[in-house]
Amino acid sequence: MILKGRKVAKGTAEGDALVSREGISFYGGVDPETGIVGEKGHQLEGKSVSGKVLVFPTGKGSTVGSYVIYDMSKRGTAPAAIVNKEIETIIAVGAIISGVPCVDRIDIEKIKNGDRIRVDGDKGTVENV
Amino acid sequence: MKLTNEERDMLNGRNGNAVRQSMEILVSLGEIFGAKRLIDVASVQIAGVSYHNLGDAGLNYLADLAKDGKVKVLTTLNPAGMDMENWKVLGIPADFAEKQIAVIDAFKKMGVTATCTCTPYFVGNSPGFGSHVAWAESSAVCYANSVLGLKTNREGGPSALASALTGKTPEFGMHLEENRQAQVAVNVNAKMETVTDFGALGHVIGNKIGNKVSYIRGIEKASTEQLKSFCASIATYGGAALFHMEGITPNRTSIPQESISVSQKDIDDAKKEMNDNGEPDIYSIGCPHLSLKEMGEIAGMLKGRTVKKEMWICVARPVKEDADKKGYVKTIEDSGAKIACDTCMVVAPIKGRFKCLATDSAKGCFYGRGKNKFKVIFREIPQLIEEATA
Repeated sequence: MILKGRKVAKGTAEGDALVSREGISFYGGVDPETGIVGEKGHQLEGKSVSGKVLVFPTGKGSTVGSYVIYDMSKRGTAPAAIVNKEIETIIAVGAIISGVPCVDRIDIEKIKNGDRIRVDGDKGTVENV
Repeated sequence: MKLTNEERDMLNGRNGNAVRQSMEILVSLGEIFGAKRLIDVASVQIAGVSYHNLGDAGLNYLADLAKDGKVKVLTTLNPAGMDMENWKVLGIPADFAEKQIAVIDAFKKMGVTATCTCTPYFVGNSPGFGSHVAWAESSAVCYANSVLGLKTNREGGPSALASALTGKTPEFGMHLEENRQAQVAVNVNAKMETVTDFGALGHVIGNKIGNKVSYIRGIEKASTEQLKSFCASIATYGGAALFHMEGITPNRTSIPQESISVSQKDIDDAKKEMNDNGEPDIYSIGCPHLSLKEMGEIAGMLKGRTVKKEMWICVARPVKEDADKKGYVKTIEDSGAKIACDTCMVVAPIKGRFKCLATDSAKGCFYGRGKNKFKVIFREIPQLIEEATA
């Protein structure tokens, strides 16, 4: 299965999908030291996003979230790639400055937790491998 | 997106690494959001200044750009995590101060004016009506678009800095007239007299319509200070970048058919919602930072009285310097209240130090709860001073 979307941040990466039906705020919502989602009551609370293909509808919260993604990429706790339904600036800028491949306008309902996924940020595709 | 030859050179690295990296961010954003071209900006306001928010990664990011990056237009800064001169009095740890100073030094090296305020329009960053700018800081973005008639999207720290280092921003969203038209009319049937009335109104409208552009009717007059409070609140609770207020704000708009109403009960309920059960151990005034007029009023109220609680008066440094010439600073400090420049209770690392915040700021209530886990008390300034000196 190949899903075609829109390229946001360059590069390719492969990993296991971690899917959230809720938006994600990196600032305050994800611990950059561990990569674990800390937002109370969030669907992914307690789960680590590190090395995963993180799939969620859209970003939310403070614009400082871009720097949190950058911080995580320096620490090695960032997601391998990000797939969104509809991108907004916090996630887009975070992915661009951190070199995390990112694609949006993907029908994320078609991706299941644990699917092995390849994201191509140059072509704007998401592939089940 | 169509780039000029000059812009293409910037993207290809002919003007150095900081410019190349900045152009990558701006061109990517432009392509994502359907911009046809880049446009020149008249000024920039940068957020992402507190070391508390940036961490070492953010600091390193800024230090990297500062190697060869220089701002192309007037660029001012959001508040930092501490008063850059008076941090010891505010109880800021030395290791934090060292990192915060390194952040500001990186900005200064790039030619940024280290104003450290959320009210750049009080300290000289206020281009003419209709100018395109690239501002971060949600309250200032809303004030710029709505009150000053500037045109800016809600920028984040890295994108605003990218605009500063190139003098450009992609043309989409709030830069285009068609996106600046009101989408919903708001009929206000409530008494609007004080700063907290306007803060509560922003809370109500923000919760009702989110980030839609509103056309607000029924308000006879609004002072600079009331508008400043309203902008902070509607941007915090709804995410609005722009509103129109009939007879008050300067932008033209068509008037939408769809409308909602705000009643006195809505305002009263919003005020109740911003009051927890708690005994304040910090009083903070100045979110957004205070005007010179407010500094004078506060000095008048504190004259000859003694503040018995921790009280922060948050203000931009140049406004404090003007207030000093009028004698306001001495009066305020003689009362025992502390003047905090360059920072505020939202961005300073004070989580855990206090339990309950009393403030006149609806925005301050939101972040006091969300970020610092404080209980909050929402009151008019005279009441706050009455309680803190009782």
